[in-house]
Amino acid sequence: MTAVTRAVRAFGHFWWDFLVGDTPEVALAVGVIVGLAFLLAGQRVVGAILLPLVATVFLFVSTYRGRRRAPRP
Amino acid sequence: MHTSSTLILVLAVFAASLVEMVEALTIVVAAGVSRGWRPALEGAAAALAVLGVLVLVVGLPLIRYIPLDALRVVVGALLLVLGLSWLRKAILRASGHKDPHDEDKIFAATVAELSAENGGAAAAPTAAGTKKHDGVGFAVAFKGVFLEGTEVVLIVVSLGAAQHRLGLAALAAAAAAALVAVVGLLVARQLSEVPENTIKTVVGVMLTSFGLFWVGEGAGVHWPGGDLAIPVLVGFFVVVFFALTAFMRTQLPAPAAEKAAP
Repeated sequence: MTAVTRAVRAFGHFWWDFLVGDTPEVALAVGVIVGLAFLLAGQRVVGAILLPLVATVFLFVSTYRGRRRAPRP
Repeated sequence: MHTSSTLILVLAVFAASLVEMVEALTIVVAAGVSRGWRPALEGAAAALAVLGVLVLVVGLPLIRYIPLDALRVVVGALLLVLGLSWLRKAILRASGHKDPHDEDKIFAATVAELSAENGGAAAAPTAAGTKKHDGVGFAVAFKGVFLEGTEVVLIVVSLGAAQHRLGLAALAAAAAAALVAVVGLLVARQLSEVPENTIKTVVGVMLTSFGLFWVGEGAGVHWPGGDLAIPVLVGFFVVVFFALTAFMRTQLPAPAAEKAAP
């Protein structure tokens, strides 16, 4: 493997780990929020209410997924 | 740009840099104690220089050549990824679902690992300090500062570029790094007393608020009150943090719940 290939792979790994890593739901949340923001372009109150609410729902889901579970008997 | 959003920008960058540099200091001190101070400090300085160059190389073209609205959506999305991840981790830690960040533990593990590579015993700082050059000590310190600093670079470039305040953002990050370096040198040990988890919570709230604001702004959503929406978002996510933390405490399995109870 050449030095350039290694560098490209390392760069790709860095961004994959940063954007997705072990919490793909966070990446999904950001995708949904960006899409929703474009859909709500020009809106005032609806956008200001919906965007934080969607972020909160995804944060709840992601946090709940990361909870400590009781060991199986 | 409103004063409140500038203030929040400085605070967010300063706090993010502070917390990451405290983590980096732990690795540098561990490298210094076990492999010698000279290579450790050289490694840390080299990493800081590379990070500074990265801010210039990535940040300046962003400000000059990318349309502001597109830039705000992209950096807003990046800030949201960082902010939601930090906030998620902070909630899990505060509610007892994840162990708090422990600098003492990381320090002990790094020293043990480096000492083992050094021939089974930790070299005395004075003896190690006389070594001409130690590639391992340099590399460990460089890697520690560089990896911890990468997130700071992302935050500096994102927040600085979106508000066209790259210089101010870089200055806030550099001030935090200098503060940690001076305090670290004075006490010559890792700063385990710094309330890292609390600072991470604050930064998580700020990055999420900024990220959401810039994504909306860049996409064309009109925030009521303009920039004043940022402190409102900060307040909202503080409430969300406490509410989710309280809820997650009720979800602890029995033995962990007893351990986490105050």
